[in-house]
Amino acid sequence: MRLKRIKGIKFGLLSPKEIRKMSASKIITPDTYGEDGFPIELGLVNQRIGVIDPGLRCKTCGGRMGECPGHFGHIELAAPIIHVGYAKMIYRILAATCRRCGKVLLGEEARAKFLDGIEQQKEKQADVGDVVKLVFKEAAKNDVCPFCDEIQKRIKYDKPTGYIEIDKEDKERRLMPTDVRERLEKIPDDDIPLFGMDPKNARPEWMIITVLPVPPVTARPSITLESGQRSEDDLTHKLVDIIRINQRFMENRDAGAPQLIIEDLWELLQYHVSTYFNNEIPSIPPARHRSGRPLKTMTQRLKGKEGRFRGSLSGKRVNFSARTVISPDPEIEIDEVGVPKDIAKELTINVNVIERNLEAIRETLKRGSEHPGANYVRRSDDKKVKVTETNHELLAEELGVGWKVERHLQDGDIVLFNRQPSLHRLSIMAHYVRVMPGRTFRLNPTVCPPYNADYDGDEMNMHVLQTEEARAEAKILMAVKRNIMSPRFGRPIIGGIHDYITGLFILTWGEKRFEKEKAQDMLHKINIHDLGEPAGSFESSSGIQVPYWTGKQLFGRILPKQMDLQFRGVVCEKCIERGEKCKKENCPREAYVVIKGGDLVCGVIDEMAIGSFKGKIIEHIFRLYGEDEAKKFITDSARLAINCIKQSGFSFGISDEDIPKEGKAQIREEAVYAAEHKVEELIRAYDAEELEALPGRSLEETLELLIMQELGRARDDAGDIAERYLGIENAAVLMAKSGARGSMLNLTQMAACVGQQSVRGERINRGYQGRTLPHFKSGDRRAEAHGFVRASFKDGLTATEYFLHAVGGREALVDTAVRTSQSGYFQRRLINALQDLEVKNDGTVRETRGTVVQFKYGDDGVDPSKSECGKVVDIDEIISDIVEVDVGA
Amino acid sequence: MKKETLSILGHELVSEHILMDESEVKELLDKYKIRKVQLPKIKVSDPAINGMGAEVGDVVKITRQSRTAGKALSFRLVME
Repeated sequence: MRLKRIKGIKFGLLSPKEIRKMSASKIITPDTYGEDGFPIELGLVNQRIGVIDPGLRCKTCGGRMGECPGHFGHIELAAPIIHVGYAKMIYRILAATCRRCGKVLLGEEARAKFLDGIEQQKEKQADVGDVVKLVFKEAAKNDVCPFCDEIQKRIKYDKPTGYIEIDKEDKERRLMPTDVRERLEKIPDDDIPLFGMDPKNARPEWMIITVLPVPPVTARPSITLESGQRSEDDLTHKLVDIIRINQRFMENRDAGAPQLIIEDLWELLQYHVSTYFNNEIPSIPPARHRSGRPLKTMTQRLKGKEGRFRGSLSGKRVNFSARTVISPDPEIEIDEVGVPKDIAKELTINVNVIERNLEAIRETLKRGSEHPGANYVRRSDDKKVKVTETNHELLAEELGVGWKVERHLQDGDIVLFNRQPSLHRLSIMAHYVRVMPGRTFRLNPTVCPPYNADYDGDEMNMHVLQTEEARAEAKILMAVKRNIMSPRFGRPIIGGIHDYITGLFILTWGEKRFEKEKAQDMLHKINIHDLGEPAGSFESSSGIQVPYWTGKQLFGRILPKQMDLQFRGVVCEKCIERGEKCKKENCPREAYVVIKGGDLVCGVIDEMAIGSFKGKIIEHIFRLYGEDEAKKFITDSARLAINCIKQSGFSFGISDEDIPKEGKAQIREEAVYAAEHKVEELIRAYDAEELEALPGRSLEETLELLIMQELGRARDDAGDIAERYLGIENAAVLMAKSGARGSMLNLTQMAACVGQQSVRGERINRGYQGRTLPHFKSGDRRAEAHGFVRASFKDGLTATEYFLHAVGGREALVDTAVRTSQSGYFQRRLINALQDLEVKNDGTVRETRGTVVQFKYGDDGVDPSKSECGKVVDIDEIISDIVEVDVGA
Repeated sequence: MKKETLSILGHELVSEHILMDESEVKELLDKYKIRKVQLPKIKVSDPAINGMGAEVGDVVKITRQSRTAGKALSFRLVME
C-alpha cells in the first residue's frame, strides 16, 4: 500500500451515490454462513466485504485475514428511513423552509445578512452554531413564503422520527419519509449554507436513508464459542433484522398489500434502522438479544467510558504488565518491589545477544523455563522459537551473536509500579525487581504514602520496560529515590509511618539504657557494627560494671557524620505561640530536637523527624547529602525502629481505654454534667427571654450556637481530664502524641466522651415534629435530645445515643462518597485543561502554540521539590547556620 | 457616544495595570522571543482596560500581589 499524507479531514453526510460507490457488495440475504460452513454470497458475512476466517481470501482485495482491512457493503432500503441522529435537524429544516418551493423562509435582506454572518464566523474559524440557530428561529416565524407566497403549515415533531403537519383548521397529516425527502430535495444549493452545511458534502436529503451502508465483517466479527457454535456480533444481528423486514416490506408492496400493513412494516423498518444506530433512544424500547440483554449498537460502541473514544483510543490496554495484591516487606529496599516468581516467569525482557553477554545468556537459556530462564528466542534468521523442555539445551548450544532472547524478569531489572487512582506523578514510580516466592507484590511500607496504598487488599500494577531508552529514563526520572521529595509541598513524601514512628519514639524517649548485646542486636542488621563510646555503666547484681548505651546514642549511629540540625517535633506544645518562652533543651516533652556532629543531643524522634509528609531529618539529609544518603537513612531508620519495637513489643487493647474510677467521676461531674447544666441554664434564659442575640443571628440561632459551643467544650474538657489519667506509657497516647497513628480526639471518644453528633454543622434536628425521637418531649432542647452522646465508646451508648450517632455517622459516609466523585471529576477536567503546558528554558510556562501562560513558573520560578518547603530560601536556617542563634518559632 | 464608566483602577483589590509604550513592548517581545499574539490576552471590555483607555493591540503590564513571589509581573495583549 502506498503511503499517503493527510492533508485534511472532511466531515459530511454520505450520499446514496457515495455509499453505492464505496460498496463492495450488495447485501440481500439475511443469513451468514451456509450449510457447508462457508459464508453465503450476498449475505451479511460476505467474502467480498472482508474475511474473518483463517485461510480464506478476500474476493475484493485478495488479502488474507489480517491483511484485508474489510470493505463496506450496502443494503438498498425498500423505502426511505429517517436517520435518528439527524431527526431533530430534519425537523428544524422542515420548519424553516417553504413546503412548496423549498426555499428558506427568509426575506432577501435577512438571508444576505445571515449568510454574511456565517461567512464571517468561518473566516475566524469560529463556531457557526449560534448564527445557524438564529436562522432557524427567524425562518420558522414566517408563515408565508416570501418567494412563492405559499401559506406554510405548522410542523410538529413527533419524537423520535415522526413529523406531523398541522394546518389552520388543526387538521393533522403525518409526513412519511418519502414526503420529507421530497421537500428536502427541493431546497436550492444556495440556501444550504444557512443551515451551516456545505451542499457539496452534505445535502439535507441525505439525512434520509435510502441506501444503508453495511460495515465490513472485520468491524463486527463473529466469535466461535467453545461448543463450536458461532455467535454473531450485535451489529450483525441488527442488520439481519433490517434485511428481513426490508424483504417483507418489498414482498408486501409488490403483492399490493393494503396501505395499513405497508405503513406498519415501514414503521417496523424505521424502528430497526433507528436502533441500529442508537439503541438508547428515549421513548422507544431498546432492541434486545434473545437472552433479554439490550443490543450494543453503533452509538453504544462509541459512547461513554468504555466506548471507542474514551475506552479504546484515549485509554489502551498494554502488554508486559502484571497486577496483583500488595503486601508489606520491611526487609526489602524502598526502591525495590517483590515480584512473585510466577509473574517473573511470564514477563520477559528482550536482550540482543552480543559477544559480551553471550555466555551469560547461554546459561540463562540452559535453564529453559526454570526461573531465571527464557521464554522465546529469535534466531539470527529472524525465526521465533519457543523455549521448551525439550529444546532449551539445544538452543543454548546453538546460541550465537545476533540472536534475540526474551528472558525472564530477574533481580535488578527496572519496572514501573503503579497504584490507581494515579492522582499525581508519584503514583507511578520505577522500582527494582526482586523475585520472591508467593503470589503478591511486596512493597516496603515507607513507600506507601506516595501511592496512598495500604495492605487491606489493595492491588497494584507493574509494567516491564522494553527498551534501553525507557529503562534509562525511568532510572533517571522515575526512580523512587528521585521522588523522595514531593513536588507538591517540598517535603519528603516517603518516610516512616505508623510503627516506624512509634519505634523510634520509644527508642529515643527519655534515657533508655541498652546493654551491649541488645544495642548490637538492633544495629548489626543495618550493618552498623561500631557502637561508639558507651554513655556510662551501671553495676550489675553480681557487682560488675556493665557499660550501657542510650537510645538517643543508638539513633545517632544511623545519622550521617557531622550532621547538625535543630527543630521542634510534633510533641511541641507551641509555648511561643502562647506567649511563653521555649525551654529548648530543657523541654519537659523533649520536643526540641538538637542534632550535633551526627549525634542526637536532645529531643525525641517523632513524626516531624522521620514521618512522611513532615520528615525534617529526611529533608535535611536529602538536601545536604543527596538522594542515596536519604534513601539509606529511610531504610536504616525503618529497620532500627522495627528492631527496637520488637524488643519491647507494642500493643493496644480494650484495657488501654480504662480510666480509674475517680477519673470517670471527674469527667462526669466536671465535663458532662457541668455542660449539660449550662445548656439547661441557657435554655431557661432563652425561655425567659433573657438571652441576647449575637450580631447577625436570630435568638434561636444564638441559643443553638451557644449550646453547640458549650457541648463542644464538654468533650474537650472530658478529653483533657482523660489525658491526665492516661500517661505517655499508654499506647494510644503514645501513638497520638508521636504522630504515628490516631489523634487525642479518637482516644477521647473511646475513653471519655463521644460528644455532640451533628448534621450539616448543626445539632441533630430531624425526625419528628419538634423532636428527634419519640423518647423525648416535643420542643425539648436539652443536650441529650439533640444528639449529645455523653458516654464513651468503651462504656457503650444508650439506645437513643446510638441512634443519633448513626444519624451523624451517615452524613459523614455520604459526604466522603460525594466528595471523592466530585473531586475526581474536577481533577479530570483540570488535567485535561493543563496537560499540554510546559515550562520552557526561559522559565515561562507555555502551551503548545507557544502562547505564554505564566511569565515565570508559579510567579517565582521555584520547583517545590527542590526548594526549602516551597520557599526560595529558608532564611532562618541560613542565619542560624552561620551565627548559631535560633531565630523564629 | 461613550458611556461614563467608573474606573476601578486604584482600588486596593485591583492589580496595577500600566499601558506599555511601543519600545517597551518590543523589548518584552524580544526578551521572550515571542510574537504579540503569543501574549496572554485581556478583553477591551475588561473594566481595568476600559478604565485606562487602552485600545485593541495595546499591551498592558500588570503587577500582581503573589503569595509565592511577593510581586509578580504579567503582560497582556488587549483584544476584542
